[in-house]
Amino acid sequence: MHSFGYRANALLTVAVTILALMCAIASLSDNFNSPTPSAQVQVLNINWFQKHQDGNDEISLTLNISANLQSLFTWNTKQVFVFLAAEYETPMNSLNQVSLWDGIIPAKEHAKFWIHTSNKYRFIDQGSNLRGKDFNLTLHWHVMPKTGKMFADKIVMSGYRLPQDYR
Amino acid sequence: MTISSALIIWKALICITGCESPVIVVVSGSMEPGFKRGDILFLHMNEDPIRAGDIVVFNIKGKTIPVVHRVIQVHEQQNNKEIYVLTKGDINKKDDRLGGIYGSGQLWLQRQHIMGRAIGFLPYEGWVTIVLTENPIVKYVLIGALSLVLITSKDRGAKQNSRLV
Repeated sequence: MHSFGYRANALLTVAVTILALMCAIASLSDNFNSPTPSAQVQVLNINWFQKHQDGNDEISLTLNISANLQSLFTWNTKQVFVFLAAEYETPMNSLNQVSLWDGIIPAKEHAKFWIHTSNKYRFIDQGSNLRGKDFNLTLHWHVMPKTGKMFADKIVMSGYRLPQDYR
Repeated sequence: MTISSALIIWKALICITGCESPVIVVVSGSMEPGFKRGDILFLHMNEDPIRAGDIVVFNIKGKTIPVVHRVIQVHEQQNNKEIYVLTKGDINKKDDRLGGIYGSGQLWLQRQHIMGRAIGFLPYEGWVTIVLTENPIVKYVLIGALSLVLITSKDRGAKQNSRLV
């Protein structure tokens, strides 16, 4: 009843339970954070716009992305993964989401940023539906904690339109 | 005691999260710096549609290890809600189609390939260091508890000896 094995077992169980409880509390503390992020995206230029041989449209854009995501960071935040997706509807698909750019924000100091870039990932449609297409640009973020539950949210910016003709 | 409580927690997790393997260990470094090798991911699968940004665990035919990557493209059809998904590891330059992660000729992931969504995680290799350095109380509690064990076992030995004499 009081052998070393029994004591070691009990100690281990208590230690693991305490550890799990602390991780849960750390994660719960994130719920008390009410973030107020902001973002703005401008399409500065349409670099080119073509239809491929396989029938899919592709477009290249230059974007200006500025955002302030500092309020998302808590003591339990390891990094924030942020990405910008173009979202639109076509006759075949009720929803299309194409990620154009992403970045990793490792610390609060880097969470207020401004970037001028062409799309990091190819904006290719599943089909040939992009001419004159109205679309939203949505900035999504995933808060990855040091431990615990991950949070995700987004800001939808609407009112963008692709050109009527290929160029 | 440890084993039975671990088993109970495991079974409970399976029921709560609704998927076959509710916990998975990260085996590759393709999602760094977010997830490192050895980290533990908690998975959940529900009827919510897969959306860009979700971190999904999927199986490729012919490959034994499931892959954990992020969704970067979603195309959802109008009528039957069938989805076509493209994924990419955070640190990889190429998406999974170009990078050869999918099976040959496979362009997209679909609903049946996806095993679950990662909703939380436990840094395995880092956790011991993190806990001990950021919460010195735990260190003292553990040392204190171990010392108690040592002291009490010594007493018993002494008592036994005196009885024999």
